[in-house]
Amino acid sequence: MPFVTAEILARVQFAFTIMVHYIYPPLSIGLGVALVIMEACWLRTGNILFHNMARFWTKVFALTFAIGVATGIVMEFEFGTNWATYSRFVGDIFGSALAAEGIFAFFLESGFLALLLFGWNKVGPKLHFFATCMVCFGAHFSAVWIVVANSWMQTPAGYHLERIVDGKPVPLPIDHAVVAADLGTVRAVVDDFWAMVFNPSTVDRLTHVVLGAWMAGAFLVVSISAYYLLRRRHEEFARASLKVGLAFGTAATILQMVSGDLTAVGVSKNQPVKLAAIEGLYKTQPYAPLGLAGFVDSKTEETHALQIPGLLSFLTYHDAAKPVTGLQDLPPDNFLKRYHPEAAVADLPGIRKTYWPNVPVVFQTYHLMVAVGSALFALVVIAGFFWWRGWLFRVDWLPARLLLGACVLSVLGPQIANQAGWFTAEMGRQPWIVYELLKTSQALSKVVTANQILASLLLFGAVYLLLFIMFIYLLTRKIQHGPDEGDQSHEMPDSWKAVLRADDEEART
Amino acid sequence: MTIGGYYLDLQIVWFILVGVLLTGYAVLDGFDLGVGVLQLFARKDEHRRLFLNAIGPVWDGNEVWLVTGGGALFAAFPEAYATVFSGFYLPFMLLLCALIFRAVAIEFRSKEPWPWWRQMWDILFALGSTISALLIGVAMGNIVRGIPLDEHHEFAGTFFGLLNPYALLMGVTVVLLFAMHGAIYLVMKTEGELHEIVRGWVPRIIGFFLTAYILFNFYTLIALPHVYATVRERPWILLVIATAVLAIMNIPREFHHKRDFNAFLSSCLGMALMMAAFGLTYFPNMVLSSPLPENSLTVMNASSSPKTLEIMLIIALIGIPIVLTYTACIYYIFRGKTKLTSHSY
Ligand code: HDD
Ligand code: HEM
Ligand code: HEM
Repeated sequence: MPFVTAEILARVQFAFTIMVHYIYPPLSIGLGVALVIMEACWLRTGNILFHNMARFWTKVFALTFAIGVATGIVMEFEFGTNWATYSRFVGDIFGSALAAEGIFAFFLESGFLALLLFGWNKVGPKLHFFATCMVCFGAHFSAVWIVVANSWMQTPAGYHLERIVDGKPVPLPIDHAVVAADLGTVRAVVDDFWAMVFNPSTVDRLTHVVLGAWMAGAFLVVSISAYYLLRRRHEEFARASLKVGLAFGTAATILQMVSGDLTAVGVSKNQPVKLAAIEGLYKTQPYAPLGLAGFVDSKTEETHALQIPGLLSFLTYHDAAKPVTGLQDLPPDNFLKRYHPEAAVADLPGIRKTYWPNVPVVFQTYHLMVAVGSALFALVVIAGFFWWRGWLFRVDWLPARLLLGACVLSVLGPQIANQAGWFTAEMGRQPWIVYELLKTSQALSKVVTANQILASLLLFGAVYLLLFIMFIYLLTRKIQHGPDEGDQSHEMPDSWKAVLRADDEEART
Repeated sequence: MTIGGYYLDLQIVWFILVGVLLTGYAVLDGFDLGVGVLQLFARKDEHRRLFLNAIGPVWDGNEVWLVTGGGALFAAFPEAYATVFSGFYLPFMLLLCALIFRAVAIEFRSKEPWPWWRQMWDILFALGSTISALLIGVAMGNIVRGIPLDEHHEFAGTFFGLLNPYALLMGVTVVLLFAMHGAIYLVMKTEGELHEIVRGWVPRIIGFFLTAYILFNFYTLIALPHVYATVRERPWILLVIATAVLAIMNIPREFHHKRDFNAFLSSCLGMALMMAAFGLTYFPNMVLSSPLPENSLTVMNASSSPKTLEIMLIIALIGIPIVLTYTACIYYIFRGKTKLTSHSY
């Protein structure tokens, strides 16, 4: 079976497990922010509606969090199980980000989560709010450290290579090309921690990832609230929730458009091969066009798409006349020479192709992300307009119903865009696992066989499918059950009622 | 092999720190895995719910000790991380699955009232916990015993080679240890009828555990000459083991005086000492190679660069005190007997 090598299986397994993991953390990160907003409103206004809202969304949060944790533990160890050679090569650098994530992020999240979920009648409302903020911080920190680690793999910085000879490290020249014989003796070691953390792509990508997560959380709130409105259930609750979700979602979506553009500019600087691939640009050309939708023919090396001429040049260089380098000139000859010193010039075009990612796939995933992002942008603009005109809650008026229907579906948008975006980022850097440093094919565990990976892949496939079904089922149940309506003061401790009373008194005066 | 005494210091510090993290994991997650092992022995639905809620607020935080221990191992001793996890591939995947089922069973069980539903998640919770404890023990057993490594420090054994009688005995010992620890925790967290029931279990579990533990120690000294040699060289290790056994034997005494919390502390202390004994015997090895000991990974040849160890030490010195402070606060807030409310699992 030539296609099913250990390498392919390990990649499929990694992609599968991380994609499943990545359904949940963005929801927790986004919902975490929403919870902070809701609890802050409750503390400020003392309106019981916000309290009920926070409690309902906390339950949803608990569910996404639990599955996020369960699937995350797999990720933590997968570098060792599947990518042992990679781990030996970059452990010095990558490991510290992962350890920092544990110490700064996961402890914070899981510790304060106890107060968030079970603290309602153990601690006062202020401390509970503090715990909510800490959980939200913790979730963001985990995104920070893992994206730092991943960005280092995209744009390595702050390190040098060394070879271990008789137990002693010998530094290697900066342009050393890692070959198969080096594996096991050569490794990357850190020179400058902060240069590693703030490598050229960290800031752009982190902003983009966090905004993507906020959108995931915000549109979940929007979707469920809109569903209640259409069903005319819990209407007061749903209106308030929809407003919180929509305000948050609008802010995140608008910022995401800006951030997406910055990310793309960053890619054009740091990873020109990836940029050319996501735009399907084979020939170097001035007035390089930006494709909106279409397809790439990798045989003829042509891209057939609806294009806006000059826009790509303009977006990358802010000058439409400037040429953008195409795949046929990437990576450049001197780079290829480093890896293939004995190759003849005539062979270079053939060799060059082995340094390209799968162009049709990354082209499509990238355009899917952009399309979904634009659609969500359109949605929030229209919804904002309806809100402003006071049409948003006119449930028996067809345009409002259609809009709310779109809102119900909107929850899928950020999920699709997030997954598609990661596909673009990760497949776009192939064949490298650490960009222009270590190849994916060199990174595998040597002792793990294809059959073992297949067995574990099937195992996780079954387990994750079950988890996903359970998640959907329990989420539906929670939605059907809905928020606890009305005044819950009979079971509320006095310290919490104080918040309520403050409001009543304000209202009376 | 050492690059100045300075570097070796850092390597030793990190050997200790990784040990501390994994000990934290054993002591903390140990009791909630133990509660899982005991779950099916509780007969009433209410009792099972109390079991789950006794660990409800803390189990996730406890598991983070494993995650962080793994991260620290990756960062400080990447070679050891790579060798162990790729070498123990299948057992490790099973462990991960067991941990997943355990985690979600806690979350899902009480979401539906149907008996079959609850029964199903109870079984998965108990199985997940037991298998996790067993596999952790088997892994540790193999680490002590030594695994075959080639000259590139890659695992050269087989899956079934990992399931040798020695490692399996260690696995069973760990299951019993966690069950004991969990039972003692439950005595502390329950009241009334359930309290009496669980209290009744404790002496028997302690008996089983101590038998297994002593058997295991003798087996080790007889079957593993390298351990025997180390113990002869460092005889004070026996003192640590003896103190651990004393700490465990102290538990019934504390119970007799109705000092449930002290009993739990005693159990924690016993476990910490057992882990210490393990580390003291094992140092300076990270992954012992058997039959070719010259291929072993040690703190010297498995570690990251001094720079990374230094950065990580700063991270740990900032992070660990903060973590310990709020973890202690959270345990304090959730002190006292577990009660079922509308927020419970
Ligand atoms: C809600 C989610 C979402 C939305 C609406 C968008 N993206 Fe995105 N995008 C992501 C979520 C995301 C992501 C999942 O967060 C990625 C994957 C890796 C990364 O760093 O961020 C990503 C990656 C990613 C990359 C690759 C980065 C890399 O390879 O390092 C580029 C160039 C863009 N995005 C650009 C855009 C543009 C121009 C958008 C405008 C419409 C856009 N994204 C919308
Ligand atoms: C931020 C943390 C992440 C890290 C450190 C990371 C790292 C890796 C590694 C080591 C591989 C395997 C080697 C390879 O094929 O290049 C990989 C592949 C992949 N990852 Fe990521 N990843 C991260 C996040 C994600 C997320 C969130 C997703 C998707 C939701 C994702 C999607 C993929 C896909 C689809 C592949 C397979 C690409 C291929 O094999 O062609 N990654 N990533
Ligand atoms: C390959 C890369 C990844 C690894 C190794 C990893 C590891 C983990 C681990 C071990 C946990 C469980 C922590 C616990 O027990 O509390 C977890 C949960 C989490 N991860 Fe990941 N993760 C990866 C990718 C990501 C990405 C890309 C993000 C976000 C951008 C992310 C954000 C989170 C968050 C917020 C949680 C908390 C649980 C939740 O909210 O669902 N992780 N991850």
